[in-house]
Amino acid sequence: MRVRALAFRILNQLRHDRRTLALMLVAPLFLLTLVYFILADTVPIVYVAVINAPAGYEDQLEEQNIRGIRYDEHEARLALERGDVIASISIIGGKSYIEIDGSNPTKAKAALVAMEQAKNSVLFSRPDLKSEVNYVYGQEDLPTFDNFGATLIGFIIFFFVFLVSGISFLQERNSGTLEKLLSTPIRRWEIVVGYVLGFGLFTVLQSFLISWYCVYVLKVMMIGSFALILLITLLSAMLALTLGILMSTLANNEFQMIQFIPLVIVPQVFFSGLFDLPAGIEVVGYVMPLYYIADALTEVMIRGSGLALIAWDLGIIFACSVLFMTLNTLLLKKYRRV
Amino acid sequence: MFKGLISPEKAHHNGSSSGVDSNYGIVVRNVHKYFGAKHVLKDINLEIPFGQIYGLLGPSGCGKTTMVKIIAGILEATSGKAYVLGEAMPQLSLMNKVGYMAQSDALYGSLTAAENLQFFGAIYGMNKAEIKRRTAEVMELVNLSDDLDKPVQAYSGGMKRRLSLAMAILHNPPVLVLDEPTVGIDPLLRKNIWAELYKLAAQGVTILVTTHVMDEAEKCHQLAMMRAGRLIAKGTSQELQKNIGVRSIEEAFLYYGGQQDES
Repeated sequence: MRVRALAFRILNQLRHDRRTLALMLVAPLFLLTLVYFILADTVPIVYVAVINAPAGYEDQLEEQNIRGIRYDEHEARLALERGDVIASISIIGGKSYIEIDGSNPTKAKAALVAMEQAKNSVLFSRPDLKSEVNYVYGQEDLPTFDNFGATLIGFIIFFFVFLVSGISFLQERNSGTLEKLLSTPIRRWEIVVGYVLGFGLFTVLQSFLISWYCVYVLKVMMIGSFALILLITLLSAMLALTLGILMSTLANNEFQMIQFIPLVIVPQVFFSGLFDLPAGIEVVGYVMPLYYIADALTEVMIRGSGLALIAWDLGIIFACSVLFMTLNTLLLKKYRRV
Repeated sequence: MFKGLISPEKAHHNGSSSGVDSNYGIVVRNVHKYFGAKHVLKDINLEIPFGQIYGLLGPSGCGKTTMVKIIAGILEATSGKAYVLGEAMPQLSLMNKVGYMAQSDALYGSLTAAENLQFFGAIYGMNKAEIKRRTAEVMELVNLSDDLDKPVQAYSGGMKRRLSLAMAILHNPPVLVLDEPTVGIDPLLRKNIWAELYKLAAQGVTILVTTHVMDEAEKCHQLAMMRAGRLIAKGTSQELQKNIGVRSIEEAFLYYGGQQDES
């Protein structure tokens, strides 16, 4: 069982290499936590001074994530000057008189819209005609992180596995051990499969840890099946692994391997669905593996889709892995024909 | 121009060998090798009888390592063939029968010596008990028994060289291809290693050794001298010395090496 021996050796090497182990297991959690804190607090609280307004107006403001505080005219002006509030409003006879601090356009705009809507709600709305909103996918006040989270899990696994497997195979080539290996009766495909199996087993652990951390510690919105998430991340790791090995054959040293990050990894992030892109450009994403990973993860985590709905994505991811493995086996021909 | 001569020293052969060259462990026939436009091996012919230690001597860059890799099945000749145990290389079934030691130490630095040996043993299809027994034997031989569980990256250069040798002979191959095996190994241990090589040869193992160290060349049963991709002389060290009237192989080397490249 040469494949097993090779897989076991890779696990052994990882076990001895604490740094890489930490990079693969702890660094993703660290990154995810950072992004979580950056994106979690989505709505900053904006204060508005309410001088004159119908009853219930503040409650309506609150609905729009704006906090209204009652002031008299003089105090309101002072609060505005101090920056305690961003605007003051006085509604007299259905007409709003607003003074606003426009130095932060985003907040000012949010405040204006909210104040206008709150007024309409209080003065003119009939409760029985209030729109009924059902969230088909996602939920009310879905933090940005939840939206990103699914894609992020895929990306992080892809990135780390790509890098570590690529460099590992590169070292095999550069240290002469690949040559030594090729002086043994091992077959070319056994080398490739051994690598996939060795790193694959390790990425089971990594995928589990990352997915578990996101779902149960960061509490990313997740209504699908955890087993499916594991399946997707595993296939993603396999794809990253085979692509990493493939790319490493184009690199002569570790530095050149790092150079593939802006070429191979970064563009995939742009097209993975994190950004809204013009339709014409969006199609480029269809040739990027990460697009399918992100799509499958989003389907399961936010839409609760089952296996049938992500089968297409998984099929493409798997097909790419098999393609890359075949290419790797063929490329090893450069070293030995048989 | 001096014609190299081969002493058809009767070799006791061991094991079964098919094909035409049944007296020889290694045969090289009309091998040419090009790297792009560069002609690095020019019409090499070699016959190494079973149970002989055959030295390949030459300055660095003369094509020794390329020659050795073709015999070990890692490279292929552009034209011509290398035969091991009567069969053409490269061939997977033959790979098990060759022990190859590269010029650079092909070791996994983060693994311990025992793990390195265990890995290659498993690749060679040895079972656990066999690997354990042979590991103890070969590590004793290269005097590394006490460092079995040290990670290889903590080894000195000489220790790595010895471990590489241990790995090459781990699976008891009938043919050994050793590329500069004793570089960086101290004289006493080098003597032990040569004693072991003689012992293996006496058991019928065919051994090809490259070297540019003169006193090692003299220890080989037969020698071939290489220069600029060509074999310029073959024979025992005495024959090579006698033919040109010098007293040491070093002088012979200088004599042949100093001649004009005829290509």
